[in-house]
Amino acid sequence: MDKFRMIFQFFQSNQESFMNGICGIMALASTQMYSAFDFNCPCLPQYNLAYGLGILLVPPFILFLLGFVLNNNISMLAEEWRRPRGRRGKDAAVLRYMCCSMAQRAMIAPVVWLSVTLLDGKCITCAFCTSVPLESLGNASHPHLPQGEVQRVLARIPCKEIYNGQQLIANEVAVRYLRCISQALGWCFVLLMTTLAFLVRSLRPCFSQAAFLKSRYWSHYIDIERKLFDETCAEHARSFAKVCIQQFFEGMSTDLAAARCHLPRKAPADAGEAAEKLLGITDQGTMNMALKSWHRCKPPLHLHPPAPPTGNGWAGEGQPLTHPSAPRKETAAYYSLV
Amino acid sequence: MDRFRMIFQYFQSNSESVMNGICGLLALASVKMYTSLDFSCPCLPQYNMAYGLGIMFVPPIILFLCGLILNRQALVMLEEWRRPPGCRKKDPAVIRYMCSSIMQRAMVAPVVWIVVTLLDGKCLICAFSASMDPQKFVGFANVSTEQVQQLLAKVPCKDDELTRNSASRKAVSRYLRCWSQALGWSILLILIIAAFLARWLRPCFNQATLLQARHWSNYIDIEQKIFEETCCEHSRLFAHKCILHFFESMQQEIKLHSFSLPREGEGAEGREGLLQGITDQDQVNTLLKTWYYEKPPLDVS
Repeated sequence: MDKFRMIFQFFQSNQESFMNGICGIMALASTQMYSAFDFNCPCLPQYNLAYGLGILLVPPFILFLLGFVLNNNISMLAEEWRRPRGRRGKDAAVLRYMCCSMAQRAMIAPVVWLSVTLLDGKCITCAFCTSVPLESLGNASHPHLPQGEVQRVLARIPCKEIYNGQQLIANEVAVRYLRCISQALGWCFVLLMTTLAFLVRSLRPCFSQAAFLKSRYWSHYIDIERKLFDETCAEHARSFAKVCIQQFFEGMSTDLAAARCHLPRKAPADAGEAAEKLLGITDQGTMNMALKSWHRCKPPLHLHPPAPPTGNGWAGEGQPLTHPSAPRKETAAYYSLV
Repeated sequence: MDRFRMIFQYFQSNSESVMNGICGLLALASVKMYTSLDFSCPCLPQYNMAYGLGIMFVPPIILFLCGLILNRQALVMLEEWRRPPGCRKKDPAVIRYMCSSIMQRAMVAPVVWIVVTLLDGKCLICAFSASMDPQKFVGFANVSTEQVQQLLAKVPCKDDELTRNSASRKAVSRYLRCWSQALGWSILLILIIAAFLARWLRPCFNQATLLQARHWSNYIDIEQKIFEETCCEHSRLFAHKCILHFFESMQQEIKLHSFSLPREGEGAEGREGLLQGITDQDQVNTLLKTWYYEKPPLDVS
């Protein structure tokens, strides 16, 4: 049990490491998605560029937004941004920190997709096959074809089985050329991203480190505070429900006793606890009535303070209140003002 | 015991994460179902569209209904919606909140199925190959109308002798798959943008009402669980008392009918108590027969 509690507490206290985990999973998912996706270049002049660039750019955008959607902190950020000031000031630096940290994590999966796509080369080959330089790579002395026909032939480069322009430019030459450019772009992109990440990490302490530490602390605090508030509300709801149901059953048995004019039977001392647990319901008809009443007439969301013990006119001292928000609290406030 | 109670309490306090887990499992199940499905287009003009669109839309409906069935909150919400007001007012904001949260979770698996279907392309190729314009594709341009319909309908079947290795078949297939994938990615993009805007903009509208609705919907769920627990406890005790009464009454009857003197002895009292006065085979048989033929009334007062 301690193990569960420790893991739970670890995740709770360290929202950032939890988000790092999600971020890693999304990066893996993006490579998996790319390898499972059946890239299918249309091999038609008007469609190639749209399809190729679409596959290159749309999924990263989707992954970026997904990174935000899956991050619980986004609603926390929006809440903190939109809340009325109240008695607690708002710190723009904290909001900026939260936004930056979310954006950085959300960027990882798209960058992985872009790198994998460029290094693989199919997208660039599909998108730019009609722009291959024929003069340097192809047979420029080939009988002159109309431009539209040349475009149509070149558009079929990614589809080897229907390519019919071997005299114009060899398929392998064009594919190798385009793939080489694509991989060069891919490696440059990876290098650029890694350099950026390195610079950001290493240069950050040079600029307002104290302010950064403050923002990070208070953003963690807001996160933890919200979680604790949710937990406290859940605990409170549980206690509220228990007392509400207990009072419902007590109310039922009191009503029944009044209706049937039963004399309270003296339960033997040893069966006292069991009788209490039976909540005063001891036969089928009563239970049916209790269940019907639970559905037809749910008790109000208003817990009354515990009744004084039967047979005694006086309330016992030190009786704990079941619910602090009973009207008694208002009375106390009045007294304290006086 | 403590371990169970703590796990139980964890789930109780976090029923939303249980729902999220079920939702994720259904989404994974829908991907798995699609990959293990043996898609086999009929390749006949009248049946293609029905089959293709059927595979694309019928399983999502099934998955949606499964999502509603597996979600405990759906029953809780229905109960809260239909109960008479009685002593407790009904809050429409709470019911709306519960309804929207249930719908959102139930929609995930169907959407995953539709997107995976579109990205794969087979369904759309099957459904719309017969509706293509034959003039656009070289191999079909000079064929008579009835034959072109037959040929186009056979496009999804790679192994058919008429269309095997046909370049025009591959062209049609490629064209349709390209549109199918574009549609799939577009739908995914639109949904993600909608989800992002919903999460981002929600705190801008009525955040306080939302917090209240969420709290009370959680409360209703917890209250229902605790009520069921209390009833279970109660019925256990009730049953215990009922059975004790039955044994006592049997014991009295047996004493009346068999005139057996109570046995004296030091340990006898303790043993007697446990055996409830029923100490031989005939008495046990009588007891069992009475338990079956004449169950005691549900009254332990």
